[in-house]
Amino acid sequence: MGIRERLSGNEAAAIAMKQINPDVVAAFPITPSTEIPQYFSTFVSNGQVDTEFVAVESEHSAMSACIGAEAAGARAMTATSANGLSLMWEMIYIASSLRLPIVLSLVNRAVSGPLNIHNDHSDAMGVRDAGWIMLFSESNQEAYDNLLMAHRIAEHKDVLLPLMVCQDGFITSHSIENIELLEDDKVKAFVGEYHPEHYLLNEKEPIAIGPLDLQAYLFEHKAQQGNAMKAAKKVIAEVSKEFEALTGRKYEFFESYKMEDAERVIVCMNSTAGTTKAVVDELREKGEKVGLIKVRMFRPFPAEEIAEALKGAKAVAVLDKSDSLNGAGGALFEDVVSAMYTNNIHVPTVNYVYGIGGRDTTTKEINSVYSDLNSVVGNDKVENPYRYLGLRG
Amino acid sequence: MTEDVLNNKTPINDLTIGGNIYTAGNAKEFKTGDWRSITPVFHSDLCKQCGLCFPVCPDDAIPVGKDGCRGDFNYDACKGCGVCAKVCPFKAIEMK
Amino acid sequence: MAYNHKDVAANRPSRLTSGHRMCAGCGAPAVARMVLKAVKPEDHAVIACATGCMEVSTFIYPYTAWTDSFVHTAFENAGATLSGVEAAYKSMKRQGKLPEDNHTKFIAFGGDGGTYDIGLQSLSGAMERGHDMVYVCYDNGAYMNTGIQRSSATPRFADTTTSPAGSVIPGKMQSRKDLAKVMVGHHLPYVAQTLALGNFKDLYEKAEKAIYTEGACFLNVMAPCPRGWGYNTEDLMEINKLAVETCYWPLYEVVDGVYHITYKPTNKQPIENFLKPQKRFKHMFKPGNEWMIEEFQKEVDARWQELLDLEAMTNKAE
Repeated sequence: MGIRERLSGNEAAAIAMKQINPDVVAAFPITPSTEIPQYFSTFVSNGQVDTEFVAVESEHSAMSACIGAEAAGARAMTATSANGLSLMWEMIYIASSLRLPIVLSLVNRAVSGPLNIHNDHSDAMGVRDAGWIMLFSESNQEAYDNLLMAHRIAEHKDVLLPLMVCQDGFITSHSIENIELLEDDKVKAFVGEYHPEHYLLNEKEPIAIGPLDLQAYLFEHKAQQGNAMKAAKKVIAEVSKEFEALTGRKYEFFESYKMEDAERVIVCMNSTAGTTKAVVDELREKGEKVGLIKVRMFRPFPAEEIAEALKGAKAVAVLDKSDSLNGAGGALFEDVVSAMYTNNIHVPTVNYVYGIGGRDTTTKEINSVYSDLNSVVGNDKVENPYRYLGLRG
Repeated sequence: MTEDVLNNKTPINDLTIGGNIYTAGNAKEFKTGDWRSITPVFHSDLCKQCGLCFPVCPDDAIPVGKDGCRGDFNYDACKGCGVCAKVCPFKAIEMK
Repeated sequence: MAYNHKDVAANRPSRLTSGHRMCAGCGAPAVARMVLKAVKPEDHAVIACATGCMEVSTFIYPYTAWTDSFVHTAFENAGATLSGVEAAYKSMKRQGKLPEDNHTKFIAFGGDGGTYDIGLQSLSGAMERGHDMVYVCYDNGAYMNTGIQRSSATPRFADTTTSPAGSVIPGKMQSRKDLAKVMVGHHLPYVAQTLALGNFKDLYEKAEKAIYTEGACFLNVMAPCPRGWGYNTEDLMEINKLAVETCYWPLYEVVDGVYHITYKPTNKQPIENFLKPQKRFKHMFKPGNEWMIEEFQKEVDARWQELLDLEAMTNKAE
């Protein structure tokens, strides 16, 4: 079953887009996601897709054009990284507020400044409250699979929210790994056709999109977005189940790796999970009770489920590949801690900001986190909960 | 009427998502006539139906029939700007 | 087809209804309505609007004054937003996802703020890519929606809230950007400058050409703002006329690079006639400020001459 291939993460994303065959792609080059629109425009030039490719003059226009296209009744996709996403920022909020299920392939990279083209998650964290569904991917396979599931989730009538699939710049986007692709016809059948209820190009029902929305209405419209985000959890679970039945590949809100009796746990996202798994395996062989929670679904945040998964732990380390620069902890840390607190689960927890600007994070460093956690176990009050990993002293 | 279904008492789940509106042109129901401080009065006896006033109205308050002739003002819409009276060469519009 | 203004008034539907909240006497709604009357009654339109007076007063939830489909997203991106709509149309039409008899025209409206300034990049991109659309700038010469701040379309010496005429600096110190020529530099099939004059013939005909010329077309339309310019509200059409008769706002079109001036005043009026009724130029008429009027006149004359030269040059027989 499936087609065995060896692809980089960018190639995997581009091939997913080719198989999805969206009506419109509007994109602008930026390292390390540039290859996605490059590959894709080759598919367009060679007639392998039906897509209208709009080679826009900026990322702001890329997202604006995607919004226009999606509002018109089309399926629209784009890809970007770092400053590209920052430039889109205004339109990222508008896309979700207009309830347009645009799909974006985000190849995570450090946001300037100073300028750096390598991986961290500061771009994604900058839009974490923007009303987009955010799925993170450990590998090329996961980036591909998440993209194939994206439209089914985003376009669901209970959801109607844009969705971004994240993968780590260079580490995943430029590394060639084995991958199993689905056949084109199976993707087509799984993704299905897009039939929006209301759209600009329907001359039989002209509509107006994007009002001035004053005090009597904006609050409710924002709360509708919030409710859609809550409803997305169920849809993500259902679509993931259906995808598992099709491919045998299981996707949950987060992956619990060797968590059954785990006492010391790392929570992280994207490719670092791969490194962590190697360390978990190694320590498990030595009889140490360590485990990993790899968050796939960062928005909506599976607060209750994560709290439940961590309730048996004795110490938790949350790894943030982005510094919130607030003197109190990274974004994932804050979400995990508040999830535990509101669910009345109290496990000593520390935060490590790591891997900024593409700084390598090795098994040795992950090892040191598990070892640090030994001294966190049993502490009522954790000293210095806000830490760096791999930073020179 | 729009106001019967979408107003500041409408429950959250009954409001259209994203602030979309599916009844194009429904602003016609919204009256701006109460903005007026002065009012144009149409003297049809003086009007030569030259048509100069037809297009100048910012508020589409001068109805024109299929015969190409204008009728009396739509006072629900007219904001009383006076542009029409100023362009009339025949004093057929008086601002009162 | 020759313009018959009674026929247009009687038989072309109004695609911008009453009930919008633009100021009484605003120059913009009549312009937008007449541009849209140039869309054939059987055709559908998707209208995009940059954030600005026109947008915030024509689509206040839950009321839209547009009878066609309408989309607003932000201030600086009407060009890009409509690019996406047009690309969707092309794509879906090609794939048979829209009925064959769906004929949709794409028209963007932006004020000078959203067009000359913050939206210039998005506009330039949309025009360069050649989307089949018309971008209409309604130029009222300042950021009126936020309260009359200067833009690059504001004429020299004008008093605005960010170029106030003070005791040391007498209003805006820079000249207006010539946006129509910037658009001509994109080698578009059709660029025109117009305004609402008399029975609106010039505006209608140019709108019709722009809408039914394939490719990206641009219209620059002066639309006076009684509040920002400080003239008597009822004098809208008189101000427009003076702008044309003084050659402050020449009417011309550029078809595939060839200039045609569509109205040449027989007696070009002095610029004072245009400046005098407007409070934003009031300080120019104080004793000792005659030089400002002279400078203004010089600029108008130079630009008019440049236009005459361009017309002569581009119409030269091969």
